[in-house]
Parts: sequence; structure tokens; C-alpha cells
Amino acid sequence: MTGTSNSEQDAGGLRDGQPLLSAKDVAVYFPVGSALAARIKHEQRLLHAVDGVDLDLARGEAMALVGESGSGKSTFALALAGMRPTDRGEIAYQGRKLPARRSRADQRRIQMVFQDPYSSLNPRLTVGGMLRELVRVHHVVPSEQAEAYCRELLRLVGLGDDAMKAYPRQFSGGQRQRVAIARALALRPDVLVADEPVSALDVSVQATILNLLRDLQGELGLTLLLISHNLAVVRHLCNRVAVMYLGRIVEVAPTERLFADPRHPYTKGLLAAIPRLADSPEARGEATSGPAVVGDPPSALRIPAGCRFRTRCPIAQPVCETDDPALTQQPGDAAHQAACHFAFGPVPVSTGPPAAAVSEEPVQVPQPRLGKE
Amino acid sequence: MSAISFPEPALAAEPTEHALPRRARRWYRQPALASGMIILAIILFAAIAAPLITSYDPLKENLGASLLGPSSHHWLGTDQTGRDTFSRLLYGLRTDLRIAFIAVLFPFCIGTILGSIAGYFGGWVDTVLMRLVDIVVAFPFYVLLIALVFVLGPGESSIYIAITLVGWVSYARIIRGEILVAKRQDYVVAARSGGLSSIRIIGRHLLPNVITQAIIYAMSDIVQDILAIVTLGYFGLGVPPPTPDLGSMINDGQNFLTTHWQLTTFPGLAVVVVGLSLSLIGDGLADLIRPGHS
Amino acid sequence: MTGPAAGGAMLDVRDLHVEIAAKHGTVRAVDGVSLEVAKGEAVGLVGESGSGKSMTLRAILGVLPAEAKVTAGQVVLDGVDLVPLSNSDMNRIRGPKMAMIFQEPMSALNPVMRVGNQIAEGPRVHLGYSKAKAAERALELMRRVGIPDPERRFRAYPHEFSGGMRQRVMIAIALSCDPEIILCDEPTTALDVTIQDQILRLLARLCSESDVSLVFVTHDLPVVAQLCQRVAVMYGGQLVETGNVHDVLLEPRHPYTLGLVRSAPDVEFVRESLVPIPGAPPSLVTPPSGCLFHPRCSFAEEDCKVLPTPLRELPGGRSTACLHYERCEEELAAERAGS
Repeated sequence: MTGTSNSEQDAGGLRDGQPLLSAKDVAVYFPVGSALAARIKHEQRLLHAVDGVDLDLARGEAMALVGESGSGKSTFALALAGMRPTDRGEIAYQGRKLPARRSRADQRRIQMVFQDPYSSLNPRLTVGGMLRELVRVHHVVPSEQAEAYCRELLRLVGLGDDAMKAYPRQFSGGQRQRVAIARALALRPDVLVADEPVSALDVSVQATILNLLRDLQGELGLTLLLISHNLAVVRHLCNRVAVMYLGRIVEVAPTERLFADPRHPYTKGLLAAIPRLADSPEARGEATSGPAVVGDPPSALRIPAGCRFRTRCPIAQPVCETDDPALTQQPGDAAHQAACHFAFGPVPVSTGPPAAAVSEEPVQVPQPRLGKE
Repeated sequence: MSAISFPEPALAAEPTEHALPRRARRWYRQPALASGMIILAIILFAAIAAPLITSYDPLKENLGASLLGPSSHHWLGTDQTGRDTFSRLLYGLRTDLRIAFIAVLFPFCIGTILGSIAGYFGGWVDTVLMRLVDIVVAFPFYVLLIALVFVLGPGESSIYIAITLVGWVSYARIIRGEILVAKRQDYVVAARSGGLSSIRIIGRHLLPNVITQAIIYAMSDIVQDILAIVTLGYFGLGVPPPTPDLGSMINDGQNFLTTHWQLTTFPGLAVVVVGLSLSLIGDGLADLIRPGHS
Repeated sequence: MTGPAAGGAMLDVRDLHVEIAAKHGTVRAVDGVSLEVAKGEAVGLVGESGSGKSMTLRAILGVLPAEAKVTAGQVVLDGVDLVPLSNSDMNRIRGPKMAMIFQEPMSALNPVMRVGNQIAEGPRVHLGYSKAKAAERALELMRRVGIPDPERRFRAYPHEFSGGMRQRVMIAIALSCDPEIILCDEPTTALDVTIQDQILRLLARLCSESDVSLVFVTHDLPVVAQLCQRVAVMYGGQLVETGNVHDVLLEPRHPYTLGLVRSAPDVEFVRESLVPIPGAPPSLVTPPSGCLFHPRCSFAEEDCKVLPTPLRELPGGRSTACLHYERCEEELAAERAGS
């Protein structure tokens, strides 16, 4: 598989430093409420699921996109994979802007693995049926080799030949996720977008899937974008991390640097909130310290003016209410970027938890999912 | 494409717990489905094998033997022109069942196709199609059907056209609703990200998962179609005489209702039994499919 | 209040067996679980799906599904065995004596009832409070669990709350009748990590403030480390290891616990490669002979396939079901030496 998958690009040559896949100022909005009411009132309430994201993926890297639910990470992943139209910005593949309706050849380059292995496999198709279909439609290999190619794919993800004739219901959750990975690899993609690939699995099964992803990424030279809320998974698998909050990336850094020296207060809080095996109730909790991050995230319908994290930020200053901080580089280190006024300068003294810790009337946020095309 | 060692030896595809209850729910374990199937099988056999069961020609008039009561020669007696009622009943079932089964196919196919298109693509296509559905639904079924057949003129093809024009809306609604739910499943997103065409996604990935609801509905729709055909026949808008048809038999016999009740009662009973068996099959199918849908 | 709590245990589960009648046989969902929870203590009950941890919790609370029943054992709460009690007797226990917090608060809350009234319901029914007094109690509880602006939120409905706030409401309801013990079924699994952190801190604070005991069911080992003093690890309906949280999680003495610890990625310690547990969980209809874990265990010897493996006491107030638990020690020592 490795032999041929990237040959066309390699032959064409890759300009130095050019990212394989890049997103510039990508935004995805969801209209909320009825279209009729919006027309009458001449205003449309928009949920800013993804609100201006810049992200570059270099060939062969494993990038993580972390954030809490409602941060827009899954929506952004769908937009990258061409499964969701963008409302602003552009997505470029090797410097070439991808159109809203991608050609089949472009579509093939970015494949996805989904969170729920139960809904991501068609219950009425055998594993062989779904793989063969993809291989045939895209002419990945000559048709007489299709069968052998599919078996090879299954072997690659650790499943036996007898899986070809089996229906998804005959597999356990972990095995289904292997099938889903085989399906994503069938088209020899350059980029694999994995949206919470293990969070629906039991702990002991998670390890097998994470190891598999890591091995495949190294062996096949895949570019991996891992969407996850679990920083431990991210640390295990990825060499670069982007942290998302309310539709924006607030910090990007190489994994070890992010864990060792987080610069954005949200990243700091996120890291502090993770329970650790060596924790004890005495060391944490109780009255010794407050929670790592206070309050609930505000609704994506009413994103705070200025810095969007300021309502929960322990070091919020007056400037944060007026100026929206851009993603800036650490002086002398372009790899580490953060969107905070005080990321790389002196940090103001903690003002304690902000008064408006909790958003006013949390609005029921519709789960951004695939709508119509 | 090889040389990756997996820490855990590949788990062979061992069947999981889902396999067991599924096997336990075979069709013959469903009393409703089984009894419906048996009754329908008997009726279908009787209708198809009519020439073997009865030796009387359903069309042959014998004015010398009109309005006879049930006897060993004429099991259900004869009508006013001396035709054997039992023989006419079997041949009438033959006609009506054939028309009903064919008539259900057209709205099933058209409704399924239009419903899939509306559900999958959404947007203005969906709006237009669903408004059309609303318009058709706004008219009472029989009124619209009778009016259409009246305009088109009696006959088999008019019945097909009328039932199709009236009947597709239910299938379109059912399929559209199911598609709206199913297309949000990740496997459909995966199929799209695999670069598959919309037609392929609808035909190969969506329809096999949603068609069962339409099939269940088709069972009850056949009942409605049989009733419609009988009703049309009763009004003289159905199959033109002298072809035997349960509706025209009921109509012909009702002049003699007080003296020769068997002329109307047995065709009526035949309609009831056919309807019952199909309803049982529909219910049974629904029970069979619903719990194990995943 | 002053029951003859044997050995200071608030809750004493003794040799509990729960069986579920299924089409293809009887499932031994809980198979001889014994668990003691002292007053004010938080005990974690850890296992994967199908390990019987949730079934144990439901058996304690007396809310087993219809096809499941307790076939042996006792659930002694404050000196009273709950197993033989009728449902109406249990209703006098649930609420004032013990309460439960669920994973999905949205389905556990009544969607058409005002949140304040849901919190006030318990005190009105069980403690005979007047409407005004119960409302006052509800407001006080809402303040205690950190719901901001309780006067206004009192009249809100559950759908107007965020996930974390709903879980706070659940906790307020659980606390409303001053129970002795709160049973938690994965209460933070559906929450984001920052909200989970808030809820865990809240539970820890309440636990120490009001001396209420906790049984905390989860599959997430680090969460247990943060909240609980003791932990019990379940596998295939049986307890395989119990002890102090630190001892069990950092120095496991059962290969299954060791497997769980080593298969989960950790934020602090990045392993070269995660070590998954091979194989699949055991069938509870036809369980393997001997130790339930032996088909997946790298330490397994011949004796593991035949000998029963009850929990055995180890020094330091801990116990394990493994016959060859010393191997865990060796394994850990080898790993430390290697890294």
C-alpha cells in the first residue's frame, strides 16, 4: 500500500515547507430557529460552531485537535473532510484551494473514522461488500485484484479473511472500529481524520485501537488528525496539539511543549482538570483549591465580546473585554502559538474566578450534525 | 502493506451475542405472522388453482339453474343467470388479488423513489414534493379514487393509474421520514466521504435500511386496495362484466339479499378474510423487524 | 441512626449474587460480591462494561430490572438487611437513607417539572416538610451544590440547564433528605473534563462536610483516584482486587487491574506502546473454570484453570483474587527498571 499511495504527489514534488492540508479562517455556522421567523424579523440567529480556524497539517504528522463538547472540533473535522460546507474561509490541499464540491479524486485524499462504531457501519452490508464497493468505484486496484486487496486491508487492521463475509452485527465494538479503519484506508488516503475513535470503547479495547492507529500512521506515512477530548490519548498518539474553545483555536504547540508549558489559561485549566492515577482526594478537591476551570462554557449563540474565554478566565483583565486576542507566536518559537493577551508576557495576578462565571440562561445548543448538503 | 506487528493477535470474527436472539425470532415463531401467512397461502392457492378446484365456468350462464341454493353440485348455489357462485368467487378472488398486488407495486416504487429524493436532498425538491403530498392527502381517499376512475373510464388500467396517483403519497412520506433519520448516521457520511454518488448511497446504503417500513405499510395498503377495487366494482367502475369480481358480485347479489343471502355474504366474507390475513402479516412483519432493527 | 453497624460499616454487602434470566441461560451478573463502606468513606467500584458494577449498584438500591433478581447474599445498611424488604419498605429507605446519582441526568430528571420542585419533593414526601419549608430547603441545597442565582433557577426546567448544572441538580436531589449513603453510577462520564473536575470536587467536599458515604461506579481509574479512599475492581461479576486507592492503582496485585492501568493512556506517563488486555470478557452464562480471567492472563498457570479464586487478604488491608499476585510485583519492578 505504501508503495503507491503517495507516488503521484512525490513525483510532482512538494515545495519545501508547504503544508499538505491547510485551513484558513474556516467558519461554519448553523442557523438556529425557523427560517420563516428569521425572514420576518430580518435577522438570522447563527450558531458559530467553527468561527475562524487556521490550521496547517504537514505531511506525515499526527496532529490532535482537542476541546470540550461544543468547541466545534467535530464540525471542523467534517468541514476538512468535505462533508460540511464552510461559510467562510478556504481549505487548501498542497496549496490548491479545494472547491465546495470536491472531485472524487480530492474526496479520496481525506478519509474519516467516526466515534460510534455502531452507527458508522451499514448494518445491511457485509464488510467485504462495503470495501469492494469503494475499491471498485475508485478503481483503486484492477478489478481482478480487488478481492485480494480487501483481504490485505483487513489483515492490515488485524482482522481475518472470514471477516469479509461477516455483517457488522457479528463484531464487537473494537472489531467494528477496525473495520471502519480498513474502510477509511481502502482509498489510500493521505489524511486520516479520526473523530474520537476510541471514546465509545472499553478501556482495554481502546489500547488496541490506539496502538493500531499509531502503527498505521507510522507505517503508511499517513497524516493523522485526531479529534479528541481525552488529552491522555492525544499525548500518546500525536506530535502536535491544537486546543479549541468555542469555535476557535486558542493554542497550538508540539505535544510535549504543550503539556510541559501551556500558555493559554484555558489549556492550563484543561490540563489541571484531568484526573490522574496518582491523585488523591486529599491532594485535590476539598477546600484546598477551587476547580481548574470555573463555570460552564457560554453558548455558541452568544459568544462573549473580546476574548471568548474571559468569562471563565482566572486572569481576565479589562482589555480582554474589548480586544479579541489573535493567535500569536511565541517570540523565537513559531511552533508554539496561543490566543491570549498574556500568553507570552507577564501574567497578571489572578483576579479570582470571574463574577460572571456562569453563562446567563444556557441555551440548549443543537448538536451540530450533518444536515443537508 | 505488511510487516506491522500487532501486539494483540487478530481477533477472529467471532459471532457476538446479537446473533442469538435474532435466530430465535424466525417468522414462524410469530403467531400473527404465521397465521396470516397460512390463511393467505390457502386463499392464494384456491385462487390460482381455481380451474382445478371447480369444474364450472364462471362465465357460463344457465338460465335454467338460476338462483339455486347451496347444494353438493353448487357449493354456494348459483346467481340470477345460473352461474356457479363458488366458481365466480374463486375467479373473482383471482382477478381482485392480481389487480391489488400489481396496483400496490406502482405507488410503492414511485413513492419510494420520490420519498428518497425528497429526504436525501432536502431543500426545494423536498418542499415541492411534500406540498404535493399534502395536496393529495387533503382529499379523502375514496372520493379521489372514484372521481379519477370515473374520469378515466372503468377498466383495469384506470384502476392502476388511479391507485398510483392516490397511493404514492403514503410511501413517499414513510420513506422520506426514514431517510431523514438514516442519513444522519455515520455510515452515510462515511459513504459520502468515500466519494460515492448520491444514487449509489440512496440505493445501496439507505434504501436497504429503510425499505422495511414501506414493505410493512404495503401489506396494509394491499388490503386498502382490495377494498377499493371491490368498492369500484360495486359501483360498476371496476373490471367490466362479465369478468368475475367480488365487488360486482356483491352488487348483483344485493337485490336478492333477503331471499339468497349467500350471493353477497360469501364474497363479502372473502374480502374480510383476505384483509385479515394481510393485516396479520403486516403486524407480524412489524414485530419481527422492529426490535432487531439495529 | 444508631444501628448496630458492625465494625463501623455504614453499608455492608455480603456475598451478593444477582442472576438474570436470559433466553439462552442464566447470566451470573453479580457473583459473590462483598463490600464494606464506612461512614463518610468514598469507595470506587471499577470495571468495564458487563463487569456487573452497575448491577451491583442497582441491587443495593433495590431497583434491579424485572428479569434480574438477588439469589443470595445480604445488603446491610445501618444494621438492616435490605434484600428481603418489600418495595414500599424500600421506598422509605430510598431518599432518607440512600440516594442515587445517574450518568445521564437528563433522563433521570422530570422534563416538565420545575427544578426547584423536584428538589423539594423528597423533603415534602419523606420528611413531611410544608411547601414553604421544602422550597427553602431546596434553595439552600441549590446554593450548596453551586447553582448560581438559585432564586431564579428554582423555577427553571431541566432543559434550560447545561449538563454540569443538571448533574448539580441531581446531587441536590440526592442530598435533599440527608441520606447516609449516595450511590453514583458513572455521574461524570457524560461530562466534559473541566465540568467533571467541578463535579468531583463538589462530591469530595460534600462527602467530607456531611459525612455521607459514597459508592462510585466508573470505568475511569483516574477519576477514582481523585475521589475515593478505597477501590474495588470487578471482573465478570466478581471482585478481583480491593484495597486503598493508591495501593491498588499504583501497585496492582491482580493482572486484570494491572492490565487496566497499563492499557489506558496516561497524561503523566507516556508509554512506548499501550499494553492491551488480549481476548474478550468472559461469557457469564458459561464462565470459564477456575479464575475467570485466566484465558486472558499472561501469568496463568495450570492451577488457575481449576482452583476457585476467592479474595485473599494481603498485608495493608488489601485483597486479591489472583493466585500468582507476586508476578504483578515482579512485572512492575521490571518495568520500572526498564524505564
